[in-house]
Amino acid sequence: MVVPSLKLQDLIEEIRGAKTQAQEREVIQKECAHIRASFRDGDPVHRHRQLAKLLYVHMLGYPAHFGQMECLKLIASSRFTDKRVGYLGAMLLLDERHDAHLLITNSIKNDLSQGIQPVQGLALCTLSTMGSAEMCRDLAPEVEKLLLQPSPYVRKKAILTAVHMIRKVPELSSVFLPPCAQLLHEHTRNRLSCILLGTITLITELCERSPAALRHFRKVVPQLVHILRTLVTMGYSTEHSISGVSDPFLQVGGHSSKTMTNTSPLSSPQVATNTDTSRNAGNAVLFETVLTIMDIRSAAGLRVLAVNILGRFLLNSDRNIRYVALTSLLRLVQSDHSAVQRHRPTVVECLRETDASLSRRALELSLALVNSSNVRAMMQELQAFLESCPPDLRADCASGILLAAERFAPTKRWHIDTILHVLTTAGTHVRDDAVANLTQLIGGAQELHAYSVRRLYNALAEDISQQPLVQVAAWCIGEYGDLLLAGNCEEIEPLQVDEEEVLALLEKVLQSHMSLPATRGYALTALMKLSTRLCGDNNRIRQVVSIYGSCLDVELQQRAVEYDTLFRKYDHMRAAILEKMPLVERDGPQADEEAKESKEAAQLSEAAPVPTEPQASQLLDLLDLLDGASGDVQHPPPLDPSPGGALIHLLDLPCVPPPPAPIPDLKVFEREGVQLNLSFIRPPENPALLLITVTATNFSEGDVTHFICQAAVPKSLQLQLQAPSGNTVPARGGLPITQLFRILNPNKAPLRLKLRLTYDHFHQSVQEIFEVNNLPVESWQ
Amino acid sequence: MQFMLLFSRQGKLRLQKWYVPLSDKEKKKITRELVQTVLARKPKMCSFLEWRDLKIVYKRYASLYFCCAIEDQDNELITLEIIHRYVELLDKYFGSVCELDIIFNFEKAYFILDEFLLGGEVQETSKKNVLKAIEQADLLQEDSKPRSTRLHSCVKS
Repeated sequence: MVVPSLKLQDLIEEIRGAKTQAQEREVIQKECAHIRASFRDGDPVHRHRQLAKLLYVHMLGYPAHFGQMECLKLIASSRFTDKRVGYLGAMLLLDERHDAHLLITNSIKNDLSQGIQPVQGLALCTLSTMGSAEMCRDLAPEVEKLLLQPSPYVRKKAILTAVHMIRKVPELSSVFLPPCAQLLHEHTRNRLSCILLGTITLITELCERSPAALRHFRKVVPQLVHILRTLVTMGYSTEHSISGVSDPFLQVGGHSSKTMTNTSPLSSPQVATNTDTSRNAGNAVLFETVLTIMDIRSAAGLRVLAVNILGRFLLNSDRNIRYVALTSLLRLVQSDHSAVQRHRPTVVECLRETDASLSRRALELSLALVNSSNVRAMMQELQAFLESCPPDLRADCASGILLAAERFAPTKRWHIDTILHVLTTAGTHVRDDAVANLTQLIGGAQELHAYSVRRLYNALAEDISQQPLVQVAAWCIGEYGDLLLAGNCEEIEPLQVDEEEVLALLEKVLQSHMSLPATRGYALTALMKLSTRLCGDNNRIRQVVSIYGSCLDVELQQRAVEYDTLFRKYDHMRAAILEKMPLVERDGPQADEEAKESKEAAQLSEAAPVPTEPQASQLLDLLDLLDGASGDVQHPPPLDPSPGGALIHLLDLPCVPPPPAPIPDLKVFEREGVQLNLSFIRPPENPALLLITVTATNFSEGDVTHFICQAAVPKSLQLQLQAPSGNTVPARGGLPITQLFRILNPNKAPLRLKLRLTYDHFHQSVQEIFEVNNLPVESWQ
Repeated sequence: MQFMLLFSRQGKLRLQKWYVPLSDKEKKKITRELVQTVLARKPKMCSFLEWRDLKIVYKRYASLYFCCAIEDQDNELITLEIIHRYVELLDKYFGSVCELDIIFNFEKAYFILDEFLLGGEVQETSKKNVLKAIEQADLLQEDSKPRSTRLHSCVKS
C-alpha cells in the first residue's frame, strides 16, 4: 500500500518535535528521501505539496537543489496551486547562477501573455525577483505590453518589473521611457496611487541611468509637485494613510524623484509645516524632504530649513530619529557649517548616549564642529567623553582630539596640557606620531620647558605603563633635567625633586617589563643626557650604562656600548655631544641632526674602527669590491635619535628648492614586492652636493622588519648616511622607510654607488649586495 | 531594498527574501553574520546599524526580528514603516499573528510579502488592496483543488 505523503503542516510539527539536532536531521533525511522518490515517480497531484515541504527544509538550511527541476514542472502546470508553489520555489531555489533558470523563461512568457491576472502577477513577481539579464532582454516586449493593460493590478506589477529590468539591462531604458508619460497621465484621471508610486519609481530609475531621460522628465516635474501638494494639503483616504499622514510611501517616492530631476522643491516648506511629526511616518516624510534638499542645489534658505528640521529631530526622544539626524548633519556640516553650529549643544548631549552607534555618530559630528571659538569648551566635553567611552571608540576619539588641538590650540600651554591629558587617559590608543608631535611642540615652546618637564615628571611618577607618555616624559627629563632639578616653577606648585629620585625613576622605566624596546631606548638616552645636566657624580649612570652593554636587545646594547665608550674614551667630548637639541623646525632642514652627525662622524673617523660595530667592518668589505677604496665611508651611529623628528624631516624632503631640471627617480631594487627607489636632488647653491633619498616600499603580503641599508662610494667622494625613518615597512603598501644620503663630490668624479640591504621578510633574513647601475649623469656632472 | 530576513530570538530563520543575486553559500554567510550582529544589540539601541557597506534596519515584534538591508540612498525611517506595514498585513490576514502562524504557513507569508513589495520596492500602499489580492488568489487555489481534498481543507480553515 502506498503510504500517503505527509502534509506540510504535519512535517513541520514533526521537525519541531525533534529534541536534538541529530533527531531533526534524521526526520528531514527520511522525508527528503520520500520527496526524491516522489519526484522520480513524477506524481503530479502531490508535487506541490512535496515542493512546499522541500522549501521548508531549505529554509532550515538543508540542501534542496534536487527540487529545481520540479519547480519548472510546477510552473508549467495549469493548476493555480501548482503555479503558486512553483514560482515560489523558483524564487527561492533558482538564481541566475544556475543554468536551469533560463528554462523558466518560456513558461514565464506563456503566462505573461496568456495567463489570467493572478498568474500574470506571479510571473511578473518572479521575474522581478530573480530575473537575470538574459531573461529580461527576452521578456521585455511582454512586460511592455502589460504596462498599458487596463487592469491596475497587473499594471503596477509590470511597472516595477520594468524597474528591475532597467537595473539589470540599462539599454532597456529606451523601451520603457515612452509609456511613462502615458502612465502619469492615466493617474491624473484615475487617481490610482499604486500606479503613481510605481511610475515614479520607474521614472526615478530611468533618470538615474540616462541624462536624456532626465531632460525628458523635467517637463513633468510640475505635475509631480502638484500631486505632492494635493497629498499634503487635502484630505486623505484612510486605506492609504498611516495615522494621519497621507500615503507616506508616495510622498517619499515623490521626493526622491525630484532629487533626480534636480529641481527646487517648492513644496518642501509646506510639507515641513503641515506634516504631523508625532508618529514615525510623518518623520519619515520630513526626513525625505531633508534628504531632497541636501541632494540638490538648494537655495540657502532651504538648507537652513533642512538643518533646523534635523535639529528638531535631535531633540526627539526616539533614538532612531536622533541617529538619522546625526548622520545627515554630518553630511551637511561641511557646506553649512554655521547653521549646524547652532545645534552644537544638542550634539554634545548626544555624546552621553549609551547606544554605541549613536555616540559614534555624535563623536564624528562633534569633532567636525570644533572651531577656534568653541575649542576649549568642546575639548572639555570630548575629554570627558574619552574617559568614559567604549574601547573601540577610544582610538578615534584620541586622534580626533589631538588633531583638533593641533588646528585650534589657543595657547601652547593649553595644547601641551591637552595632549598630556589624552596621553594619560588613552595613551595606548594614540597614533604613533603623537609622541613626535609632542616632543616637537615642547621643544618649540621654550618658555614652557620647565612647566612641561615638571608635569611630565609628575605624570611619569604616577604611572609608567602608558608607553607614549613614558617616551615623551623620558625625552623631556633627559633634555631639561636641569630645569626639573632647579626647583621652582611659577606655574605649578614647587616640588623638590632629588637627583637620585630622577635617576631611580628612569631606571624603573628601563627595568619595567611593560616598557617597549623603543621606550627603553628613550630612557637610556635620557639617562645619558642627564650625566651632563646633573651636578652629582655620574657613577650611577655609568653603572647602568655598562649593565646594558650586555643587554639582549641589540639596539639597546649598541647604544649602551656607545655611551660607555663616550664615558671612557671621549669624555672630553661628552658635554658637547649631549648638549641640548636646538629647536627642531617642522618643515626646515634637519639642521641639528646634520650638525651633530657631522661632528661625531669627524671625530670617529679619526679613531680606529670601533670593534663592537660589526656593520662597519662589513662595510669595509663592501668597499674592497669597489676600486680598492677604503676608509672613506662614514657610518655615524645615531646618538640622539628622536625618531619622530627624523620622520617628519625625511618625509618633508626635499627641504631645498628643487633644481630647475629634476633628475628622474631610479628604481634600483625589487624582490618579492619589496622595492627600493632612489631620488636625487642637486641643491643649486652647493654644486658639489648630491642628496639621495632612498625609499623602501613594501607591496607584498608580509611585513619587512629590521631593515638596514648601507652604502659605499668611491674614494674620491664623501658619503654621509643619515638615520633612517625606521626599520620596518608594513605589508601592502605600508608607510615606507626613507633614508637620506649626502654625497659630496667636489671633483665631479663619476658616481658609483653600492648598496647593501639586510632585512627580514616572510620569516627569512634577506641580504642583498648590489651596485646601482644606470645612475643618471646629472647626478654627478 | 536588497533583502529581508525574519528570524527568531534563537536565531532560527523564518523567512528570507533576496532581491539581489547571491550564491547559496554567500546567503548563508550573510544570514549567519547578520543574525549574530542583530541579536547582540541591546533592547534600547536604535534600529539602524551599518554593516559592511549596507544600512540595516531592524525591528523586533514579540519573538521575531524583522531585518531589512537597504542601500545608501534609501530612507531608513520609511523602511521602518515598510516593516510595520508588513506586520500589519500579516496581522490582518492571520488574525493576531504570532510566530507559529508564520512557521506553519510560511508560504502564505511569502505570498503576502510578494503582494506588498516587488523587486525590493513598495508596489501597493493600500492595505485593503493587498489583502483583497491575497483573498482572490486563495480562492483560486481552492477552486483548483480536486473535490475530494476540498472538503477536508474546509474543515481546517
